[in-house]
Amino acid sequence: MIHFVLLISRQGKVRLTKWYSPYTQKERSKVIRELSGVILTRGPKLCNFVEWRGYKVVYKRYASLYFCMCVDQEDNELEILEIIHHYVEILDRYFGSVCELDLIFNFHKAYYILDEILIAGELQESSKKTVARLIAAQDSLVETAKEQASSISNIIAQATK
Amino acid sequence: MGRWRSPFFADMIRSIRACKTAAEERAVVRKECAAIRAAINENDQDYRHRNLAKLMFIHMLGYPTHFGQMECLKSIASAGFPEKRIGYLGLMLLLDERQEVLMLVTNSLKQDLNHTNQYIVGLALCALGNICSAEMARDLAPEVERLLQFRDPNIRKKAALCSIRIIKKVPDLAENFINPAAALLKEKHHGVLITGIQLVTDICKVSTEALEFFRKPKCLDGLVKTLRDVVNSPYAPEYDIAGITDPFLHIRLLKLLHVLGQGDADASDCMNDILAQVATKTESNKNAGNAILYECVETIMSIEDNGGLRVLAINILGRFLSNRDNNIRYVALNMLMKAITVDAQAVQRHRATILECVKDLDASIRKRALELVYLLVNESNVKPLTKELIDYLEISDQEFKGDLTAKICSMVEKFSPDKIWYIDQMLKVLSEAGNFVKDEVWHALIVVISNASDLHGYTVRALYRAVQTSIEQESLVRVAIWCIGEYGDMLVNNVGVLNIEDPITVTESDAVDVVEIAIKHHSSDITTKAMAMVALLKLSSRFPSCSERIRDIIVQNKGSLVLELQQRSIEFNSIVEKHQNIRSTLVERMPVLDEATFSGRRAGSLPATVSTSSGTSLNLPNGVAKPAAAPLVDLLDLSSDDAPVPSSSGNDFLQDLLGVDVSPASVQPGTSQAPKAGTDVLLDLLSIGSPPVQNNSTPSDILSSSQDNKSSVAILDGLSPAPSGGAASMIDLLDGFVPNSPKPEDNGPAYPSIVAFESSSLILTFNFSKPPGNPQTTLIQATFTNLSPNVYTDFVFQAAVPKFLQLHLDPASGNTLPASGNGSITQTLRVTNSQHGKKPLVMRTRIAYKLNNRDVLEEGQINNFPRDL
Repeated sequence: MIHFVLLISRQGKVRLTKWYSPYTQKERSKVIRELSGVILTRGPKLCNFVEWRGYKVVYKRYASLYFCMCVDQEDNELEILEIIHHYVEILDRYFGSVCELDLIFNFHKAYYILDEILIAGELQESSKKTVARLIAAQDSLVETAKEQASSISNIIAQATK
Repeated sequence: MGRWRSPFFADMIRSIRACKTAAEERAVVRKECAAIRAAINENDQDYRHRNLAKLMFIHMLGYPTHFGQMECLKSIASAGFPEKRIGYLGLMLLLDERQEVLMLVTNSLKQDLNHTNQYIVGLALCALGNICSAEMARDLAPEVERLLQFRDPNIRKKAALCSIRIIKKVPDLAENFINPAAALLKEKHHGVLITGIQLVTDICKVSTEALEFFRKPKCLDGLVKTLRDVVNSPYAPEYDIAGITDPFLHIRLLKLLHVLGQGDADASDCMNDILAQVATKTESNKNAGNAILYECVETIMSIEDNGGLRVLAINILGRFLSNRDNNIRYVALNMLMKAITVDAQAVQRHRATILECVKDLDASIRKRALELVYLLVNESNVKPLTKELIDYLEISDQEFKGDLTAKICSMVEKFSPDKIWYIDQMLKVLSEAGNFVKDEVWHALIVVISNASDLHGYTVRALYRAVQTSIEQESLVRVAIWCIGEYGDMLVNNVGVLNIEDPITVTESDAVDVVEIAIKHHSSDITTKAMAMVALLKLSSRFPSCSERIRDIIVQNKGSLVLELQQRSIEFNSIVEKHQNIRSTLVERMPVLDEATFSGRRAGSLPATVSTSSGTSLNLPNGVAKPAAAPLVDLLDLSSDDAPVPSSSGNDFLQDLLGVDVSPASVQPGTSQAPKAGTDVLLDLLSIGSPPVQNNSTPSDILSSSQDNKSSVAILDGLSPAPSGGAASMIDLLDGFVPNSPKPEDNGPAYPSIVAFESSSLILTFNFSKPPGNPQTTLIQATFTNLSPNVYTDFVFQAAVPKFLQLHLDPASGNTLPASGNGSITQTLRVTNSQHGKKPLVMRTRIAYKLNNRDVLEEGQINNFPRDL
């Protein structure tokens, strides 16, 4: 099971955190501090796994961002690397060659996509196409609601003119 | 991009990103939070989603956002999809399952799980799956169970993962999910299949009934067929990764087969063929393929024995191990650790490669490899393996040396074929990385040396040589000076030379040089210096010609700020100067240390310390704490029947000699409280020499008068008329000793004891008593207990009180706190309350100790003192 997902920039800024096991606010910031200290200092050729407090943290660097997932000892590290890559590919398709700024200004989108890939720390969907379709469907629901809202407010504005 | 790129929201992010300092950022965030709070108070619905999004961003930066929790609930309760979507996101981000607020959302969740819009159902399932608590799991399990049969597959897969969370929270519910989960295994939709298989795996882990159900051929054959289909499936672009169709599905199926096959020969038989096919056919040039192979090997290793498959699996691991990719090598090492229980011989074949991995650049790989090497050691290969590791120790990274030395020491101790080899290896480790060696390791080495009587000469010469080059390795120096102190004459006279040794000439003053360097070296700590002092005292008797020089060195510490050193310096000086006649008896060689007792003590129970510290409160009428008498009795045993040292006393001596590493304020474990400092001096001195008594006029004989439990005053009485110089020295040493230190017997009103500090690993309790006739003063006996499985060393307790209180701390009963509640440290505090009757006691505490050589600090404030103290 994946206990948490972290996205950390090379400067140590947190870009996304998702916790599937309960951690208090204090523990969360401690975990982030500890792990960014360990992971950001590792050299480029080393393996993508770090042993940490009886768990394993699998990380992979994409451009300036480190994607980290903390899993149990008995989990398959190589598969977690594939899950990370799966997520990155979906982000990439959604934003159109994703960059760190996309994830800053549209961080909520990154969360929505992650929620279509993982629930309860387990993989939900192996098809990128399906995830993209589900996100698009929900985005369009939001768009429709927005248009309705603006047309209603237009009508009200017209009426009160 | 969409409504969330609205100016407010993006503006905030931009202004936060523009901040140059942390203070600037805090100011911006404070301003934003104030605005959001105001909006919340006005119940502003138009901007609720925007405010929530801002809050989440602020939360991600690590600022408190609890005031936004109710906004999430409100947003979830509103009717529209956009509001619900952001509301659920906030719920998952800002709250976790332990917050009470979460209970309020149960009702909204229930409604949304029954919503007509499937995307809203999906949102609710996702939130439930990520943060549900046990109560919510019970309340909402029926809804989730129903959704496992929902018409849209995307809801079914979410419901399946949600069920996993539910049965993890409430395992009793697992049985309800068996049938719906079994239905999911027949699905074609990959998402549903993947989540369904995962659900079945988790159900089988908590329910044996389910395990039996899914092992039946009816289910198992279906799973095997599914795996066969996916392995043989033609190219499917939607699921393809590196030429393999849906590796995620592969891996989950293999995981489930692993659970089903483990411990069931029939089930294992069913899956043999397909496992062989996966193991041979999967391409291993990409990560996805390797992930499948890795999982396949894991399954083969766990299911019931099938020789052919195991060979296949070990071969795959062999290939992995020689791969250039570090990830692959890491998982190979990981897997070999499991394989070792199945086929140790096969793993031994890869020993050379594994040993290479210990020297890898990558810390993760090194650590794995070292643990594997440790598992591979046996009597037959311990010598070459140890040699390799010790050679590597020389060039390894600083941060790796700790792990490496611990493993080498443990290997050497466990498998050493003979003592001389053990001593040789330990000396190498100590010279190379003595600063990383734990205390118990070099204590054990001293015990072994003491027991190897034919190797004393050899060892002391080897140590003499080693210390010449590695003076900065503290524990090497300690062992060396201990041995030089004990066996210095053998060093100089070349006693017991083995034919493997190079001849060496050491003069008496060379030997003293070593100890002098140790005592003066900047890196030496109190323990080393105190041990050096004892060694000097011993040498003063072994080398009479150097006596004058030794005295000079000893005297230099007379002004030491460290009480321990100062006291020893004065005592030893007096022995060297005035009491030549008892000196040789006093500094006799240590009796052989008892190995069994020592290993018992190492096992974590510290009987000697426990008995002394728990008994400190017992006071005899004469004011001598009873436990303090224990070493005396030991000594007396010696003198009364002239027998070889009983094991328990050897233990005490060891502790006295080795346990000198006390912080300036506290006293040794063997002794108790400060008012009896005089007794301590006596005990300390006597425990150093431990003379096997031959002469009837020695002090020990005089001391036998206390065997019948007379007070220490009686000892003094007995001493003074004695004609020997030894008696005079005792009186000298006992100068300033107050025999009847006033000790409260009558405790006045009784106060309940309190737990003053409690953490998951440490409990501090206070017992109170009042000295009669002085209501302002309270005597507090503090007892520390360690609940963790690790020993705490260098334990120091500090306390501070406000001005109206006066606090006096007596030294603690020890500075090592045994693990798992196996004993305690006690310390007496005397508090005088100048505002007695008006203000209650308060105290701040700070507890510092070392856990595995790491400094730990715990602080607390005590407000729960009984009133009227």
